[in-house]
Amino acid sequence: MDETASTRRLELRHVTKRYPSVVANDDVSLCVAPGEIHAVLGENGAGKSTLMKVIYGAVKPDAGEMLFDGVPFLAKNPRDARAHGIAMVFQHFSLFETLSVAENIWLGLDKSISLNQVRESIASTAQKYGLPLEADRPVHTLSVGERQRVEIMRSLLTQPKLLILDEPTSVLTPQAVEKLFDTLKQLAASGCSILYISHKLDEIRALCTNCTVLRGGKVTGMVDPRKESNASLSRLMIGAEPPQLQHREASLGEIALSVKKLSLKSEAMFCTDLLDISFDVRAGEIVGIAGVSGNGQQELLAALSGESTRAPRGSVLLFGNDIAAKNPQARRAGGLYFVPEERLGRGAVPVHSLAMNGLLTRASDLVGSSWLKWITPKQNASLAGEVISRFNVKAGGHDAVAKSLSGGNLQKYIVGREISAKPKVLIVSQPTWGVDVGAAAQIRGELLKLRDEGCAVLVVSEELDELFELCDRMHVVAKGRLSPSIATRDASVELIGEWMSGLWEKQNA
Amino acid sequence: MNELALLLAATLNAGTVLAIAALGLLINEKAGIVNLGAEGLMLCAAIAGFATVVHTGNDWIGFLAGAGAGALLAAIFGVLVIWLNTNQYATGLALSLFGVGFSAFAGVKYVQEKLPERSNFSIPLLSDIPLIGAALFKQHPLVYFGIALTIGIIWFLYRTRAGLVLRSVGESPESAHALGYPVRRIRLLAVAVGGAMCGLAGAYLSIVYTPLWVEGMVAGKGWIALALTTFATWRPARVLLGAYLFGGVTMLQFALQSRGVAVSEQLLSMLPYVATIVVLALISRNPTWIRVNMPASLGRPFSP
Repeated sequence: MDETASTRRLELRHVTKRYPSVVANDDVSLCVAPGEIHAVLGENGAGKSTLMKVIYGAVKPDAGEMLFDGVPFLAKNPRDARAHGIAMVFQHFSLFETLSVAENIWLGLDKSISLNQVRESIASTAQKYGLPLEADRPVHTLSVGERQRVEIMRSLLTQPKLLILDEPTSVLTPQAVEKLFDTLKQLAASGCSILYISHKLDEIRALCTNCTVLRGGKVTGMVDPRKESNASLSRLMIGAEPPQLQHREASLGEIALSVKKLSLKSEAMFCTDLLDISFDVRAGEIVGIAGVSGNGQQELLAALSGESTRAPRGSVLLFGNDIAAKNPQARRAGGLYFVPEERLGRGAVPVHSLAMNGLLTRASDLVGSSWLKWITPKQNASLAGEVISRFNVKAGGHDAVAKSLSGGNLQKYIVGREISAKPKVLIVSQPTWGVDVGAAAQIRGELLKLRDEGCAVLVVSEELDELFELCDRMHVVAKGRLSPSIATRDASVELIGEWMSGLWEKQNA
Repeated sequence: MNELALLLAATLNAGTVLAIAALGLLINEKAGIVNLGAEGLMLCAAIAGFATVVHTGNDWIGFLAGAGAGALLAAIFGVLVIWLNTNQYATGLALSLFGVGFSAFAGVKYVQEKLPERSNFSIPLLSDIPLIGAALFKQHPLVYFGIALTIGIIWFLYRTRAGLVLRSVGESPESAHALGYPVRRIRLLAVAVGGAMCGLAGAYLSIVYTPLWVEGMVAGKGWIALALTTFATWRPARVLLGAYLFGGVTMLQFALQSRGVAVSEQLLSMLPYVATIVVLALISRNPTWIRVNMPASLGRPFSP
C-alpha cells in the first residue's frame, strides 16, 4: 500500500470497538479508493455492522482513527456523515409506508430542495442509472425490490462519495440482483466508492474488486475476490471449508401434508391474497418454497401452522384429515410441528428461560397423568437440557433467558425443540436466517436427518442456495400464487429466478 | 326563518369548541401520541381563561391564558410519555382525572362570578344579508378562526415539509430517527401545540359559550373530541364537518325538547352521539382509507 493519501477515499486505522461482552471490532484497518467497489465479508456477528456504524457515525469507536479523503474525520452522527458524503442503504428499510416515493426521498434530503425538484432529480437519476421509479406511487404499493430502489435513490440524490450497502441482495430475485450490480458498477465508474457488505461469496466475486474479510471482529484477510475461489474465501471467513451435507436418495412414503385449492383473501392491509394454492408433501422428502418475501409466504404459513384458521374447509389436509379449521395444538397432536421465521416473539418468548420456552409447543408432552395436569419444573428443565445437549446449543443452561442466546443458538434450540417432538410433518420458515455458517450447517444437517427418518419437511426460504442444498423438490410462490413443483436436480437458479417474478406459465404453455 | 338562522348560528358556535379541540388532538395523534387527558386539560384551561377574564376584563388575554394552561399541562404529559416512557393511555387518564379535580378546586371562588354582557360581533355588510347574515356572519371571531385553522392545518400537513416530517414521525418514528429527525422533540412540540388548542377550546367554552364557570362544565366534550378525530379518520376537513354535525344535532335536539316533542328526553340527548358516529362511520368505512390516514405508530412508545 504505497498509494498517497489523495488516492484514498476512506481509510480506517486500527479501529477498535468493545462492548461489555464482546470485542466487536479489534484493530480493524481498511482502505477504499475512489470508484472502488470494496467488499466487507464476514459471518453474522463478525463485526461488519458495527464497523459500518462507526463509518456512518452511529457508533463511536473506542480507539483508532478514520480518514475521509485524506482528512481525519469521525462522523458525530448519521446526519453529519451524510453531510460529508457518506450514504448508507440499510438491510431493513427506513421507509414510510403511507407516503409517496418522492416524499420518502425528500425527507432524506436537505431542506432547501423543493418537492418538485426532488421529482425532477428522481426522473433524471432513474434514467441515468437504470433505476425505474414512479415518484408519486405510495410506498406501500411497491414490491420489496422497488423499495430498495427508493432507498438507493435516496442515497444517490445526496451525491455521496461513499455508498455503504448492507446485505442488499437478501430481498432480491437473481435477475434483480444483476440489475443492481449494473447500477453499482455504473455508479463506481462515475467515481463513487462503494462498501458492499455481504456474506454471499458468489456475489462478492462477481462484483467487487477488493475484499476485506472479518472473523470475530478481526481482519483475517485483504484479497482480490476475483482471484479467489469460494473455498478460499470461506476459509478466511469461517476458518474452515464450508461443511458439505450428505444428501441421500429420498425414499418416499405416503402423502403427509396436502394443500388443495387454497384461496384466502388477506385480512389486513398490505398483505397478499392467496390464490388457488395446491401442493403435497410426502413422508421422507423435503419440499422447498422459494420466493421473494411478501409474496404470500406469511399468509400461507399462517394457514398451515394453524395461526390462522380462516382457510376454507378441506383445503389443508394432514394424512387425509381436514385440519383447515384446527388450532395449532390440534395440529401438533396430529404430528404437524412448525418453526416460525421470527425467533424472538414467535418461536420463543424473549424474557423467558429456555425451560419455560419448551412449554410453548411441548406442554402436552410434559403434563403429568393426574387430572390436574400439573407440570413440574423438573420435567420442564430436563426436556430443555435434553434439547440443549443433543443439538449443541451454547447457552448458560435451561434457565438462560431466550434473548441472551445468539441467533444461531436460539434457532438450534427452537428447531431442536420441534425435532425432538418426533414430528411427522415439520414446517420450517427461514431455517437459517441470520444464523452463523456453523449453526446453519448443523440445522440443515438435522433437517436432512429428519427427512431420512421418514418425516415430511416443508422449508420456506428466501435463500436459494439453502433450498438447492436441502430440497428434493421446489415450488416458487409469487404474488400469492404457487408454481408447479420442479425436482431440484432439474432446476437452475435462472429458472427459479424467473419463476420468482411469477413467470412460470410461459414455460408450461 | 329566524329560528333556522338561530339554529345555524348556534350550530357553528357549538361545533367550534369541538373542532378546535379535536384538531389539536389530531396534531397530537399525527405525531403518534394519544392524549386521553383532553377533558381534564380543557377544564383547567376553562377555569384559567375564566379567572383571567374576571381579573383583567380582556377576553383575548383569557384565551391566551387558556391556551397557555393547555400547552403547559400537555407539555408535562409529553415529558412523561415521551422521555420517561410512561404508558400513554394511563398517563392521559391520570391527567384527565387530575384536571377534573384541580379545576374544581381552583374554581371554587369563581362559581358565582358572571362576565359582563358583550356586544355581538358582526361582519359589516355581510351580516345584513337576510337569513345567511344572521346565521353565518354574526359570530364570535373564534368561529371563523376555527375554519381558518382547519384550512391552515390541511395546508400544513399535506403541503409543507414540516407537516410531512410530523406525519413521518407518527408513521414510523424509527425511520424518522434513522434519517436524523429529533423524534422526541417533534413529538413534544406536537403535544404542546395540540394542548394549546384544546386549552383554547376550553377557554372559549367558559368565556364565550356559557359564559360562566361551573364545576365539570366541559361535560365530556374532551372525550367527544377524541372520538371525533378517530371517526374522522384523522382528516382535518372531516373533523370540522363532524364537529358541526355534532353541534347541529345537539342544537336541534334542544330545539325539539323546548317545543315539547313527544319523544323521551333521554332518547333525544343520545341523538347527537348516534348521528355523529353513524355519519362518520359511514363516510370512513373504507379500510384502505383508514390505514392510509391512521398514524401507524399511534400510542406506541419510542425510545431511540
